[in-house]
Amino acid sequence: MSTTTQPPKIQDSRTGTSRAAQLLGDRRLPVVVTATLFLAMYIVGLSRYQNYGFGEPQVFLNLFIDNGYLLVAAVGATFVILSGGIDLSVGSVIGFTTMLTAWLVEKQGLPILVVIPIALGVGAFGGFLMGYVIHNFEIQPFIVTLAGLFLFRGLCLVISKESIAIDDSSVSSMAQAQVQLGAGFLSIGAIVALVVLTAAFYILHYTRFGRRVYAIGGNEQSALLMGLPQGGTKIAVYTVSGFCSALAGLLFTLYIQSGDPLHATGMELDAIAAVVIGGTLLTGGSGYVLGTLFGVLVLGLIKSIIQFEGTLSSWWTKIATGVLLCAFILIQRAMTARGKT
Amino acid sequence: MAEPRPVLEMTGIVKEFPGVRALSGVDFRLFPGEIHALMGENGAGKSTLIKVLTGVYPLDGGTIALDGQPVRIDSPFQAQQAGISTVYQEVNLCPNLSVAENIFIGREPTRYGRIQWSRMRKEAAELVDRLGLDIDVTAPLSSYPLAVQQLVAIVRSVGTGDSDGAGAGTKVLVLDEPTSSLDRDEVLELFRLMRQLRDEGVAILFVSHFLDQIYEICDRMTVLRNGTLVGEHLVSELDQVGLIHLMIGKEMDQLEGLHEQQLHADVGEPLVKADGLGRQGGISPFDLEIKKGEVVGLAGLLGSGRTELARLLFGADQPDSGKVSIDGKQVSMSAPNDAIAAGVAFCSENRKTEGLVPDLTVRENIILALQASRGWTRPIPVAQRDELVAKYIKALDIRPANPEARVGQLSGGNQQKVLLARWLITQPKLLILDEPTRGIDVGAKAEIQKLVVSLSEEGMSVLYIAAELEEVLRLSHTIGVLRDRKLVAQLANGPEITPTRILETIASGEHQ
Amino acid sequence: MTTTPRLRALTQHHLFWPVAVLVVLLLINVPFTPDFFSIKMTDGHLYGSLVSIVLFGSPLILVAVGMTLVIATGGIDLSVGAVVAITGALTCSYISDQSDQGALAGVFLAMGIGLVAAVVCGLWNGFLVARMGIQPIIATLIIMVAGRGVAQLITDGQIITINSEPYKLIGGGYWLTLPFSIFVVAAVVAVTVALTRKTALGLLVESVGGNAEASRLVGIRSRRIKIMCYVFCALCAGIAGLMISSNTSAADGNNAGLWIELDAILAVVIGGTSLLGGRFSIGGTVVGALVIQTLTTTIYTIGVPTQTNLVFKAAVVIVVCLLQSPKFRAKVFGNKFGPGKRTKGGDTTSTAPADAAPTTTAAPKMEVS
Repeated sequence: MSTTTQPPKIQDSRTGTSRAAQLLGDRRLPVVVTATLFLAMYIVGLSRYQNYGFGEPQVFLNLFIDNGYLLVAAVGATFVILSGGIDLSVGSVIGFTTMLTAWLVEKQGLPILVVIPIALGVGAFGGFLMGYVIHNFEIQPFIVTLAGLFLFRGLCLVISKESIAIDDSSVSSMAQAQVQLGAGFLSIGAIVALVVLTAAFYILHYTRFGRRVYAIGGNEQSALLMGLPQGGTKIAVYTVSGFCSALAGLLFTLYIQSGDPLHATGMELDAIAAVVIGGTLLTGGSGYVLGTLFGVLVLGLIKSIIQFEGTLSSWWTKIATGVLLCAFILIQRAMTARGKT
Repeated sequence: MAEPRPVLEMTGIVKEFPGVRALSGVDFRLFPGEIHALMGENGAGKSTLIKVLTGVYPLDGGTIALDGQPVRIDSPFQAQQAGISTVYQEVNLCPNLSVAENIFIGREPTRYGRIQWSRMRKEAAELVDRLGLDIDVTAPLSSYPLAVQQLVAIVRSVGTGDSDGAGAGTKVLVLDEPTSSLDRDEVLELFRLMRQLRDEGVAILFVSHFLDQIYEICDRMTVLRNGTLVGEHLVSELDQVGLIHLMIGKEMDQLEGLHEQQLHADVGEPLVKADGLGRQGGISPFDLEIKKGEVVGLAGLLGSGRTELARLLFGADQPDSGKVSIDGKQVSMSAPNDAIAAGVAFCSENRKTEGLVPDLTVRENIILALQASRGWTRPIPVAQRDELVAKYIKALDIRPANPEARVGQLSGGNQQKVLLARWLITQPKLLILDEPTRGIDVGAKAEIQKLVVSLSEEGMSVLYIAAELEEVLRLSHTIGVLRDRKLVAQLANGPEITPTRILETIASGEHQ
Repeated sequence: MTTTPRLRALTQHHLFWPVAVLVVLLLINVPFTPDFFSIKMTDGHLYGSLVSIVLFGSPLILVAVGMTLVIATGGIDLSVGAVVAITGALTCSYISDQSDQGALAGVFLAMGIGLVAAVVCGLWNGFLVARMGIQPIIATLIIMVAGRGVAQLITDGQIITINSEPYKLIGGGYWLTLPFSIFVVAAVVAVTVALTRKTALGLLVESVGGNAEASRLVGIRSRRIKIMCYVFCALCAGIAGLMISSNTSAADGNNAGLWIELDAILAVVIGGTSLLGGRFSIGGTVVGALVIQTLTTTIYTIGVPTQTNLVFKAAVVIVVCLLQSPKFRAKVFGNKFGPGKRTKGGDTTSTAPADAAPTTTAAPKMEVS
């Protein structure tokens, strides 16, 4: 990425000559803010809980292990939100995938390696269907994915009302596999999450599809008039989100080693919150998937700190998330208000 | 100039909308290497013709030929493929992406599916450079002012089709009012680019409301009026007065009596005084006085600032300078609320987007303004409401005379009457009518004009904007003439004021 | 299909489809439960499937009625579920702190505190939407996320149980042979209808939602109107919160009102109010909420496993939304059902249906491959 050189000639009328205004105009600002916030929280954590082992590298790596599934789901949500849409079905698809996987492995006796592509395919197909309806019938994404939320949560219950524990040995060996990493280790789930993150970064910045996602989020009408296949892109975006949710479901299954119809209830909110805190505009078109990583890490760190604090109860996580969400929405508002003048 | 074969020929173009024939058999041709102006007032069919050409509207009749070959254009995408690119007044690019991306999106240079950013930036920079522009292609588009964004849109359309940077892909470049919000330097930069493209052989179709610009840049012009072709002329062979004559036309009808009536009417005390009221990019500061019972007409071409002037007087836009007083009291015009409270009413020229609430009924639309001024806690009593609505439906002859009808389903003339009724019910001191007769049938036109005269007799002041000069002349006591966003003259109406006189004032831009 | 004018007028009434769906759902029950429509009197209380549908649907009706106004302004309120939880939590925790939980004064004060909290939430939402200009879906997401945390904070993560006779009345008591909550719902619906149709509020709300710019130009103070709608919506959610916590005599910060915002939005949409704002119908919303509740009851009575409830709900959402989508109607039924609905652009009007579908989709599809 280049640094902005001083614009010549007509560009003198470029708005916002003050440094503050320029800073506010930089699209990378929110990511920097989130990264700084993460660092600051981490340093505060270090100074407060150093005697309790907060400084261990593994504590940091655990952020990835404990939130790998959320990262994958949030990456999928990033695609949708960048394109100017929203996907409420994330949590349900995750829950459904845990149930489907557990059921296929435990009750049907299928090997996990067969189950994985099935689960991913179902998730992606679900996303495709939602995208198809959204684009072809011009129904608001909010409503369509709400129907998806009900449908997949309902399908969970159709499979079973009870939770299904997974005792399959190959699954548990996968779940317990550790990848040594100098001073600590990562789980398979965390590795997959990081791979997904890298792939998403590549797709969004180095493929035509990725740039179309940004273009549609920036101005759908323009994208259409510029001759971009905006319908296909929209459908693809929801397919990606469905796929990521299913993958997140698989990682969640590994993490928790059971299927339960109520798993990941409301996780779409966590995913959306992570994306927004990571600096992606909910109106679409602006943001970075790297920001989503920091968004997830910040949410994860809040949980860790609350654990370390000991006296704080779990609901502070929600309150802190809401407060952060509010702060970032107001920052975004300030940025877009400036952009309009 | 020897006439080579036209690159674009449109013959017998017909386009109909429910109830309106927007284009009836228009011919249009465009030669390579020329800048061609498309002229006409509101409703003349300019934008419809452009939309047919660029594939936004399907054709109802006629043929389009490119380079002598008949073509079918069903979508903007197909138009681009065929070599017809369009740049609209509102820039259709993605402000969140960089300049280079906006130029290349959809045809980015890739290798094995990976976008080659450095190559793309280099090519974009070269293209921009070749066209003599000085733009940092890596900066986000939104960091540039609208003028530059427009130039980028042109660069994109010129580059469309092939990535080697030559303008070979685009044969026809349509520029739909690109200059309406640019300042002088920006316009010059745009013109320089247009000339360069013309010299490279691109045919440019240019729409602008600024006559000076037309005479400065264009080689040839086609004039439309009421959906028909009035003529095609070399710019050098048609002077401004002649052009305005062609655009506005002459329409003599049975309303002559009104004129006499107005000329002999007395007007009263000053009601509205505007002092140096103005808004950057809208209209230069102006002074205007409107007396009680006076009809002030605004004459000027579309885009001359007549609507902008009206909107300032209503607080629909906020002025940067000047003040307004009504009945001797200064009024802060920061929002329509203030103007309404002071007794000003405003019928916008955009009935659909700024006037009607299409889902509501005729009755609800009629009482909306009165109700808004009473606040939600004091509904108009049902009996009084129904009586008022019935009275105005009858007085204005709104059809169907059904207060329960959804207003979106009424014809244009009846919708206009609903809007008039909405404001008349509030008994305003000053009624601003922005093109109240546009897009409605002849009968309704006459009724609305008669209504204006009788309102003024009852002592209501009216600010009347119309594209047809006869209308303005017929109704007004005083005529304000606008040109290029300036109020250039205020003429007291009288026998010596003729359409020709006003046309000359518009054309010369000077008080004579 | 031949439609006589009268039938056509009937099918075009805005309540026709919601009511038709409701009636069909009710009739489906009859073969399975022959005495479905009968109402018995036991111990001076009326019992019967119909009574219980209204009873169980009460909180949803309340929330959906408030939501209708917000949606009519062109907004949406995702925070109602959280508001339900906060109100219940505050009220119950205050009552549980009293030495005499049955004291009327204490109960009224507790309810007052809960409702004030709800109003504060509504003001906050309204402030963000109307003053700060933040998209409603985003603005209300904040309380949706943080609100449940606050509710749990109030209850200290516990489920607070109380034992208060007067409080029990709202959600679980009987009055004049009927469940008391039916009277509460009736009162709120009546107040809402009066508020919107006897004053000019309804007209102004529809105007703001129908054409924001035109509303500004006739001098409607749309900010105030919007803030009022968000406050009213939150207040309705608060009352629903009282009802839910009273019914169970407990406040559960985590689960009270879970998903109710989604059900409420669904009820509004089924009731025929467009998510884009403008025209709204309180009656339609009530019917819509009853449809959702009846669906649940029906699934239970016809012996389909209750867990498929959500799948059915999803199916209903999809069917209702598809039926309301002009594009879907144009594609499936031709132009018969979608006259006059499509405006703007004039690009898809008046061509034969067989032509219309391909031309509208051709452009985007071409490049997909």
